[in-house]
Amino acid sequence: MGTESMSAGAKVTAKDFRLYYGDFLALKGLNVDFPDKSITAIIGPSGCGKSTFLRSINRMNDLIEGVRVAGEIVYQGTNIYDPSVDLMWLRSRVGMVFQRPVAFPLSIYDNVACAPRVQGVRKRSELDEIVERSLRGVGLWDDVKDDLKKSALGLSLGNQQKLCIARAISTNPDVILLDEPASALDPIATLVLEDLMWKLREDYCLVIVTHNMQQAARASDYTVFMLGGEVVETGPTRQVFTNPRDPRTERYITGKLV
Amino acid sequence: MPHPRRVFDRQLAKLDEDLLAMGREAEAMLGDALKALEERDIALADETIARDDVVDKYRFDIEMRAMEIIATQQPAARDLRRVFAALSIASDVERVGDYSVDICKTAKRLAEKPLFKPLVDIPRMERIVVQMLRDSLEGFVSRDLAIIEKMINDDDEVDHLYRYLHDELCDFMKKDPELVDQAVQLLLISRYLERIADHITNIGERVFYVETGELKELHQ
Repeated sequence: MGTESMSAGAKVTAKDFRLYYGDFLALKGLNVDFPDKSITAIIGPSGCGKSTFLRSINRMNDLIEGVRVAGEIVYQGTNIYDPSVDLMWLRSRVGMVFQRPVAFPLSIYDNVACAPRVQGVRKRSELDEIVERSLRGVGLWDDVKDDLKKSALGLSLGNQQKLCIARAISTNPDVILLDEPASALDPIATLVLEDLMWKLREDYCLVIVTHNMQQAARASDYTVFMLGGEVVETGPTRQVFTNPRDPRTERYITGKLV
Repeated sequence: MPHPRRVFDRQLAKLDEDLLAMGREAEAMLGDALKALEERDIALADETIARDDVVDKYRFDIEMRAMEIIATQQPAARDLRRVFAALSIASDVERVGDYSVDICKTAKRLAEKPLFKPLVDIPRMERIVVQMLRDSLEGFVSRDLAIIEKMINDDDEVDHLYRYLHDELCDFMKKDPELVDQAVQLLLISRYLERIADHITNIGERVFYVETGELKELHQ
């Protein structure tokens, strides 16, 4: 496996991580570092396991029947699959943004405030502060500050996706997982989202799964190429896209791997 | 392996074709420049000078084509290296055309009176350089790295011939100032051929880069 250590200061590290759907081994012993304050893109053809891997990082796969895991995913020195890990804590620290913007049918304010409320924040002033900080963090505050009571569903798709990211950062996470976050967005909204990712990168460890290779090339520091449940190659994005080490990576990013 | 990028493949193949055609044109110019020199054929020299426009046009066409490929196909990895190499190679081949023009102009000046010595080493240099040009472009298209070593050896031989000619012509000039005019012109021609060999070595470096991803000076 052409895996090289990507940098010091890994925020999340997968160690020989395996995942089974029933008897099917979907992730075959992955070893990957996700460096802090960087964007790591996971690319690979459909069914290669990239979304499964991404969801494993905040244990979204726990909900799927028949899923078993082995090996470790280490975050803050702890294997997140250790029975002692509090799932709510994990998911507040490792946020997730999905393919289609999943704005709740609530006001813009309540979309952002709901996770802090679940965590027990009750004081209005404190919630106000979190909502403003989170919306500012995604560059949405100036657009919506006078419409906080309006339904989030009235926002454009691009802004709904920003709202979802605001919701993800409302709990002060330090890892943000993005599963094809731009696939429902138009090209301009996509570039705006990528621009936001570069800003968030200053404070967070971002991991993005994308089918769009140009997006991976444009909007990531590191690239992980997966195929058939394995990591074929990881490296700095500029190197992977100009001079990949593995011929399978070469074929995939040049569009020759069917 | 079958794959879905047929249009892209055709565009890359066309780029190769154009480079080879450009190379043949530059090679023919170089051959005729030497022939004009050897046969003191001023008409051939003029006709060869005019053909430089053809080589220049190839270069612009290749540049436009490469730009279109980058804009529309977003090449990556080896494909990307290949497109960039084509750009760089086209510029080196264009220089071969320019030096052939310089040789023709010098040949016209030399045609005014018989040469004081027969041409031996200059045609030898020319034959090596033409073969180097052919090898380098074939190597680019056929992805053959074996040409690299041969090219380095050929370039060494061209350098050696250039130094030898330089010393020999200087000796002539010291002994007989009457010969200075012609000797300087011959020295210039050998210098042009030596420079052409350097440009072709650059092409070899690009071939190496496309195949290995490593950009380095092949010849110290």
